[in-house]
Amino acid sequence: MFRAKEYKKVESLEEAYELNQKRSNVLVGGMMWLKMGRGQKGTLIDLSGLGLDQIQEDDKEFRIGCMCSLRKLETHKGLNEYFDNIFRECTRHIVGTQFRNGATVGGSIFGRFGFSDILACMLVTDAWVELYKGGTIPLAEFAARAYDRDILVRVIIRKDGRKAAYITQRNSRTDFPVIACGVARKDGTYYFSVGARPAKAALVVRPVTGESLAEQARKAAEAYNYGDNMRAGGEYRRHLAQVYIRRLLERLEQTDHKAGEDAGRPEPESQKSGPWVAGQEPEAGRSGPAQEGV
Amino acid sequence: MEIQFVLNGRRVTARITPSTVLLDVVREKGCYSVKRGCETSNCGLCTVWLDGMPVLSCSTLAARVEGREVTTLEGVSRQAEELGLFLAQEGGEQCGFCSPGLIMNVLAMERELDHPDQDAVREYLAGNLCRCTGYASQLRAIEKYLGREV
Repeated sequence: MFRAKEYKKVESLEEAYELNQKRSNVLVGGMMWLKMGRGQKGTLIDLSGLGLDQIQEDDKEFRIGCMCSLRKLETHKGLNEYFDNIFRECTRHIVGTQFRNGATVGGSIFGRFGFSDILACMLVTDAWVELYKGGTIPLAEFAARAYDRDILVRVIIRKDGRKAAYITQRNSRTDFPVIACGVARKDGTYYFSVGARPAKAALVVRPVTGESLAEQARKAAEAYNYGDNMRAGGEYRRHLAQVYIRRLLERLEQTDHKAGEDAGRPEPESQKSGPWVAGQEPEAGRSGPAQEGV
Repeated sequence: MEIQFVLNGRRVTARITPSTVLLDVVREKGCYSVKRGCETSNCGLCTVWLDGMPVLSCSTLAARVEGREVTTLEGVSRQAEELGLFLAQEGGEQCGFCSPGLIMNVLAMERELDHPDQDAVREYLAGNLCRCTGYASQLRAIEKYLGREV
């Protein structure tokens, strides 16, 4: 456990930003990971008095404050209904309820940890990061950036109609994931995210093609690099990613068929996996640059 | 620095450093049910309620509880004793070191979840590690406790 010289519960983001410019000072989220560090810190900067611990929803987006707990993400009705429970799925395996009551969305996203389920899950949604000085940028762009001394104020997830699914594999319950996969689809575009490779999650955007789901999964999985660590080898992870991406693609297909049946009408043309014609680019959305090869 | 908070219904004052964690404060105040376990936010032994929600006191900055309400096993002794009897009857407490944290989390779960099935119970309590029982006896005890006639 680290030691600190001072503690400051700030009254404004400006005050927090000013304090955070000193390298020895540190912003405190849930402190689950931070407490594992050693050494002497300067001032612990606490944002918990700024009302940033809530999820706000309107007809266009979800606005998730940086101090919102993972448990709120897990249990938020609107978020989980809109995204078919992916936020419950990406949080429920994280240690225990008490841990998730403490850990924060801001800490998880700002940390850009390789093992982060939250980052891997949010990347496939139309997620943006609101920085205090840096403006609002796509999460995919933020995830690829180097660390700086700005403050992550909110994560904004826009309701753009994406269907999403998420899955992880762990060696034992509550452990870090061996692999974490997310897939979303909107119109003619797939959004893939693979984390715990063990590198941090990254977004890959590909068009929906006429190929089999297995082939599309293979191509998506091949777009990532995989490494070894004490939990699994790189080749194993590559294989898992391919299998899980295929399963998630199948799940999205099933959801569409069920929705079509429920509505008593044929499957919408825009949601069919028809051949993609070069030059007729599917809508890339606003989720940062399409990436191939991470 | 000095903080004031409500501990088990009683207003208390504590002198802390900026990096003191809640675990150390509540033990200093005589709440020895709160155990020091892994100290890596994994085992659940140090579970207390902060404004009614279960949290890990080893990972909660004491400075953050200023003006808030903290409850330990000592503050819910009647309910804890009742659940403890179910655990004892099923062999669910062996060395007993994890029992206070487990009981705090089960009582929180009882408030939060409406008629949880066994999967929901296992999921809610996944952050309470026990190295003696293998969990089966604990789960039997919890099932019987939740199904009791109140």
